[in-house]
Amino acid sequence: MKIGVLVKNVPDTETKIKLTSDGTGIETQGVKFVMNPFDEYAVEAALQFKEKIKDDATVTVVSLGPDRVVETLRTALAMGADDAVHVWDDAFEGGDMLTNARILAKVIEKIGFDLILGGKQGIDYDAMQTCAAVAEHLGIPQVQIVIALELSEDKTALVARRRIEGGDEVVDIKLPAVVTCEKGLNEPRYASLPGIMKAKKKEIKKIGLADLDGLTADDVGSMGSTTKIVGYESLAQRPSCRMLEGEPAQQAADLVRALREESKVI
Amino acid sequence: MKLGLSDEERMVQETAREFADSEIAPVAANNDAEGRFPADIVKKLAELGFMGMLIPEKYGGAGLGNFCLVLALEEINRVCASTGVTMSVHNSLATSPIIKFGSDYLKETYLPKLATSEMLGAYALSEAEAGSDAASLKCRAVKDGDEYVVNGTKLWVTTGAHADLFIVMLRTDTEKRSKGISAFVVERDTPGFKVGKKENKLGLRGSSTTELIFEDCRLPAKNLIGEEGIGFVIAMATLDGGRIGIGTQAVGIAQACLDASVAYAKEREQFGRKIGEFQAIQWKIADMATAIEASRLMVYRAARMRDMDVPHTKEAAMAKLFASEAANRAAREAVQIHGGAGYLKDFPVERYFRDARITELYEGTSEVQRIVISRSYLQA
Repeated sequence: MKIGVLVKNVPDTETKIKLTSDGTGIETQGVKFVMNPFDEYAVEAALQFKEKIKDDATVTVVSLGPDRVVETLRTALAMGADDAVHVWDDAFEGGDMLTNARILAKVIEKIGFDLILGGKQGIDYDAMQTCAAVAEHLGIPQVQIVIALELSEDKTALVARRRIEGGDEVVDIKLPAVVTCEKGLNEPRYASLPGIMKAKKKEIKKIGLADLDGLTADDVGSMGSTTKIVGYESLAQRPSCRMLEGEPAQQAADLVRALREESKVI
Repeated sequence: MKLGLSDEERMVQETAREFADSEIAPVAANNDAEGRFPADIVKKLAELGFMGMLIPEKYGGAGLGNFCLVLALEEINRVCASTGVTMSVHNSLATSPIIKFGSDYLKETYLPKLATSEMLGAYALSEAEAGSDAASLKCRAVKDGDEYVVNGTKLWVTTGAHADLFIVMLRTDTEKRSKGISAFVVERDTPGFKVGKKENKLGLRGSSTTELIFEDCRLPAKNLIGEEGIGFVIAMATLDGGRIGIGTQAVGIAQACLDASVAYAKEREQFGRKIGEFQAIQWKIADMATAIEASRLMVYRAARMRDMDVPHTKEAAMAKLFASEAANRAAREAVQIHGGAGYLKDFPVERYFRDARITELYEGTSEVQRIVISRSYLQA
């Protein structure tokens, strides 16, 4: 059974985000990137399947992005993944979610997986589109935001559990399929030191535009994108809170006066 | 000198950091308060490979080296110095003499068990009348056939109450001084060997410090490390690594002091302002941070030299001396920045203050470090 895990690297949650001077992107200089936290659940789920199945199950992690994503791929290898694929080409720069999904779908087609796992969303853009679009491009079923996942005895189907308003939804899904993982699915393991040493020796396979049949530069990156981020704007700072003092009657009078004269709402 | 971290060094540091913050930090204050040895944490550390960092892969270790050990030790000590010293002693003092000087028999018998922490390691050099003057130790081993008969008492043994394997320095020749000392591996359940009184300490309260008592204890001769008479050489070579470990512990404690002080300075208000807006606090933060950076670079360099197998006795002593004194200044200033709150067990700096003190005392006092350092200039 071949399991593929889509991982991305995102700015560490503690990073202070700064915008680029034109306001259409974030400044990546000096930002620490880590594996997207929801993707950690996906890697862990894949490794648990592999440990359970044993017979020839492999876990391959795939990441699309510039050279910095190699760090995240190494982390996944150190956790126990078998192989890693780095998908990048200068032509991929500036692609939107749909465009990136088009590339990832081609990569998945090329390698061939029985199950594709991913995080429920990237905590950077919060679009929640890529994995869904990958499934659409591949024409295979998808279940999103799962909190429990079990493989059928004959390894041809999964039973997924989703938390919905007031209860759980249980979904049976035929493989191959795309499944996205939610917090609570499992407890991601730490990369062990022997795992880190093994990861160091593993080769990371590179896939670029020329390796993907049927895709041209017009289909990918900013050229292929149909959405474009035109700007980011900070929210206006909320004015600080003012506490009224004095007796209740005095406070009520002050409040009415402030609402009428300062805020002009009454 | 290379300053950046390689991919695998960064991953070792990140794993240690995540483990320290998620698994150790939440229980560190309680373990200190109850004087509880973190056996469960040590087991988890071993599962991830942190208890066999220097042990070659063929004996079940991670085969990483001293620089990675330093990266990991700083993170562990940043949240809990008791766990930190347990890990440091096990790796630097217990596994390292067997790796460097041990016979194939000793390596094959003990390293795999030390790597998994099935056997936890400790190290015994000091005695009642042999502290800074270690070469005057008296604890006696007399050869008798294919055994040694051991009598005497060892003091100040870190992890003594919980260790399963002890590296012990014993006198095999009373005629010679330092050249009459030999190093042995002693298993906890050896007849005639017992762990004595547990000391009641100012800090490191989650770690045990005990006596070891030998009464006609018979050790197999094959438990001798290397050959007779090289025990002091082994002890000193081991202590170089131990000093890097304690220097690193000091860096970890100092970093914790800085982190706590910065957080408090941004939070606490007096005279209508955050106290971090006062220059008196800003200067303390700047001095702490600068000393920590310098300390860290010194232990990094000493560890890199140890990995390159070049002489580093002076560098290890300097790193340990500077870092331990910087940590104690940082701990004092951290309490000062917290004011009265820093004197309470409600805030972690109270524990850091107590834990920092030992770094100037063990693995050679600051005075002994100065002897070692000055000797390298005056007797060269």
